Amino acid sequence: MFKNLTIGQHYPVESPVHSLDPRVKIIMTFAFIISLFLIESFVTYLYVIAFLAVAIISSKVPFKFVLRGLRPIFFIILITFIINILMTPGNVIIFELGFIKITDAGLRQAGFMALRLTLLIMGTSLLTLTTSPILLTDGIENLLNPFKKIGVPAHELAMMMTIALRFIPTLMEETEKIMKAQKSRGADFESGNVINRAKNLIPLLVPLFISAFRRADELAMAMEARCYRGGENRTRMRQLKMEMGDYVAIFIFVIYFAMIIVSKIW
Amino acid sequence: MSIIAENIKYVYSEGTPFVTVALDNVNMTVEKGDFLGIIGHTGSGKSTLIQLFNGLEMPAEGKIIVDGVSVGEDKKKLKNIRQTVGLVFQYPEYQLFEETVAKDVAFGPLNLNLSQDEINSRVKEALELVGFDYNKIKDLSPFDLSGGQKRRVAIAGVLAMKPDYLILDEPTAGLDPAGRNELFSQIKKLHGKGNFTVVLVSHSMEDIAKLVNKVIVLYKGKIHMKGTPKEIYSQSEELKRIGLGVPQIAEIVLELNKRGFNIKNDIINVEEATAEILKEIRRRKNV
Repeated sequence: MFKNLTIGQHYPVESPVHSLDPRVKIIMTFAFIISLFLIESFVTYLYVIAFLAVAIISSKVPFKFVLRGLRPIFFIILITFIINILMTPGNVIIFELGFIKITDAGLRQAGFMALRLTLLIMGTSLLTLTTSPILLTDGIENLLNPFKKIGVPAHELAMMMTIALRFIPTLMEETEKIMKAQKSRGADFESGNVINRAKNLIPLLVPLFISAFRRADELAMAMEARCYRGGENRTRMRQLKMEMGDYVAIFIFVIYFAMIIVSKIW
Repeated sequence: MSIIAENIKYVYSEGTPFVTVALDNVNMTVEKGDFLGIIGHTGSGKSTLIQLFNGLEMPAEGKIIVDGVSVGEDKKKLKNIRQTVGLVFQYPEYQLFEETVAKDVAFGPLNLNLSQDEINSRVKEALELVGFDYNKIKDLSPFDLSGGQKRRVAIAGVLAMKPDYLILDEPTAGLDPAGRNELFSQIKKLHGKGNFTVVLVSHSMEDIAKLVNKVIVLYKGKIHMKGTPKEIYSQSEELKRIGLGVPQIAEIVLELNKRGFNIKNDIINVEEATAEILKEIRRRKNV
């Protein structure tokens, strides 16, 4: 049942994009999102597509994996498209049927929005495709560090994320085991109506929660036994360091961003 | 009446780079009334094999036939097969979930749609089979019990389904010696009661040697040896080669023989060994 499930969508190969500092990638992704919302004309999208193409090709992630990120939000894109088509007023009416009116402006607006969403998802999924979850949390922690002064528990947040990620596969395995044990006692998880199915989950969920709490308890104990006491003065095994590749990436990105701004001003 | 495995092949993660063959060309029979031991290293495929027996997993090739019915041919019959073949997993206490011991044991019979009277009498019987005083334990929360008690409750949960075959996967893992002995003597008693078939999966030679009357050794997904405990343990060199130990007492006999003693090499319990060693020492004195 859980055999085909992978955690996150990290695609582990070696590429210039993979080896970028996660902080650089996170900031670039944010700036990329901002740049998308600055765009006002279809032509400018060519810059975005060109930039994204360079990024995807150099990341060595197969194109279909990047597209896969679109699958869960396909319906959101579709609905946005339809709403935009129907709701945008315009002068030239292309098609009319009762209250449904499709105008040239509506069509343009719909295409514009759909393209923006598609590019947005492709760009952001490239971040998770090329960065392992652990590096990602490292990067987030590092970027949140300046906010510690105003009380943001950066280290604790990152540690929580790391632990959560670490335990997803463990809990999946546990779920499968308990499921099998209850099936051996004649439990049925696959048939019946919704209410019955929900009820049938109790023999699975109760042991799962108990074991999750037990594990959490044991982990806390083990961490304490090794003198863990939060972020203060804690050094890391893997230091984040900017390298030549990072500066090159930033350089390329700044050019891209400048082009977007320039096209907006014109 | 038996469980028959015919040319079983089982493959994990088929169609991915992580594909592994867990079982290959396994042929075996569990006869009614057997007390069978399956031993093998971690990863030898023993846990996979027993999950095939009650239809939790399906083989990639080959057939499992339980009492003449091919497992998995008819999905509706799976419940019957799971009732016939009772499977107790490793650390079964992690499956407990009800408020009281009695309710938890009743979970299996309840799934079989039995009458309330029948369920009650089965729960009582099952709890007594694993050595509990029914009236004392029935209203306790399973989570207040000790580790060994929890495990016995979990086993009772399977026994309450009245299986013809009881399969136990490492039933004593994590128990202290007292808990282990107690559990083993109860399993032995269970087997003694009528034509009840028990399959015991373990990597511990000591446990298997004391209890079973047939042994199957799994090695890298294949059946490596088959026979009575004596037959198996007399091949201690081979067992060691594939990373399985022999019972300590068999090892002692082996080492003594290496140093010039002449004791028969199929001894598996301490009493027998003591007698044989004494006999040998007397013989050597008299020479």
